[in-house]
Amino acid sequence: MILVEDEVLSPSAPGRMLVIACGAIARELLEVIRLNHLSHITVECLPGKLHNTPQDIAPRVEARLTAAAGRYDQVFVAYADCGTGGMLDRVLERHGVERIPGAHCYEFFLGGAEFSRIHEEEPGTFYLTDFLCRHFERFVIQGLKLDKFPQLTPQYFGNYRRLVYLAQTESRELVDLGRRAADYLGLDYQVRRTGYGDLESTLLHFAGTAV
Amino acid sequence: MTSEAPLDLQTLSDEDLRTQMHDDLYDGLAEELVEGTNILLQRGWGPEQVLNQALVEGMRIVGIDFRDGILFVPEVLLAANAMKAAMGVLRPLLAETGAQPIGRVVIGTVKGDIHDIGKNLVAMMLEGVGFEVFDLGINNSVEKYLAAIEEHQPDILGMSALLTTTMPYMKVVIDTLEEKGIRGKLIVLVGGAPLNEEFGKAIGADAYCRDAAVAAETAESMVLARRLTSGED
Repeated sequence: MILVEDEVLSPSAPGRMLVIACGAIARELLEVIRLNHLSHITVECLPGKLHNTPQDIAPRVEARLTAAAGRYDQVFVAYADCGTGGMLDRVLERHGVERIPGAHCYEFFLGGAEFSRIHEEEPGTFYLTDFLCRHFERFVIQGLKLDKFPQLTPQYFGNYRRLVYLAQTESRELVDLGRRAADYLGLDYQVRRTGYGDLESTLLHFAGTAV
Repeated sequence: MTSEAPLDLQTLSDEDLRTQMHDDLYDGLAEELVEGTNILLQRGWGPEQVLNQALVEGMRIVGIDFRDGILFVPEVLLAANAMKAAMGVLRPLLAETGAQPIGRVVIGTVKGDIHDIGKNLVAMMLEGVGFEVFDLGINNSVEKYLAAIEEHQPDILGMSALLTTTMPYMKVVIDTLEEKGIRGKLIVLVGGAPLNEEFGKAIGADAYCRDAAVAAETAESMVLARRLTSGED
């Protein structure tokens, strides 16, 4: 399943809780919902490719919030700040809706303290998640037009030193894809198993099932 | 099926060549831009005239189309690389003219941040409009900024950040400048994708610059305004 265009997942669910989510974490979100039996939650996804134009994220989320007004008892936004520079928070404040804490999905998968530690240890760290391992070719190579202009690679990645694959699941295939990405960029490679991190605890809190 | 003959830049009038160079810059054609630069120099154009009318003006057009979502980062990088190649021809000639820079700039990406694409574009545009630029690179602590300010005595301090987690460090630097009593001597410009004007004001910067062309215009006008008010030439 490739989740890059607008999609409503589980549209027939009768629940009154809506999660408006980034397509780049849709698979993980659905797995958290399945594992925790949260079938009353409806998930709507925006395209993961919005991360290449983060200025578009807040207006697209706002359009979804406006469309959902009055149709659900509770709405939650499964985005971090995601490079919007606070624009997303201003939208969410207007609508009285919360999001996942943190700057990026890397942060909520790792947990804030661990993300800070890793970033401080090596600011030149490029992160991949399961989603980005699967779609590295399309989101990174094609997204930055490195397929057409490979000479730009040093300008984009010259200051990076290592690639850390934050693994949500155990998959030899994804570990290998991550390694290929690191080789392509000429970076050292590390794998960190994160599971679903704060995504799971935040969603459980939203669903009112947190212990 | 016909194929278009390659354009001979030598056959173009000065005005047409200048326009063609804007197109070549826009398309990131470094070789063609260098050739156009050399032709204009051979025809008696001064290096400053070539720089301002052919290159900086061309980059300004690129900046506008980037702002309007017509061009994206890869195209801007290709254009910048073309301009850099042409600047390589002009830089020694500009040095020979002995023209004084309109001001000095210390610029760098803040601590914890290794992103420098935008900062490099700004540095290039500032050099293009006549500033002497001291580029500190990436991941700069307040101590590094202070040392560079002490050494180079700049008119402007430029700080860049791409991460929401690193942009607050700009305030650390500005607050330290205040503590040291040197904030008033400097124009502080800030920029970076997650920043906005509100953030610039909140941390006490003189201006937030949304792109490289705006940064160059802002730097030029602020330095000249400060000179006028302080009675300098």
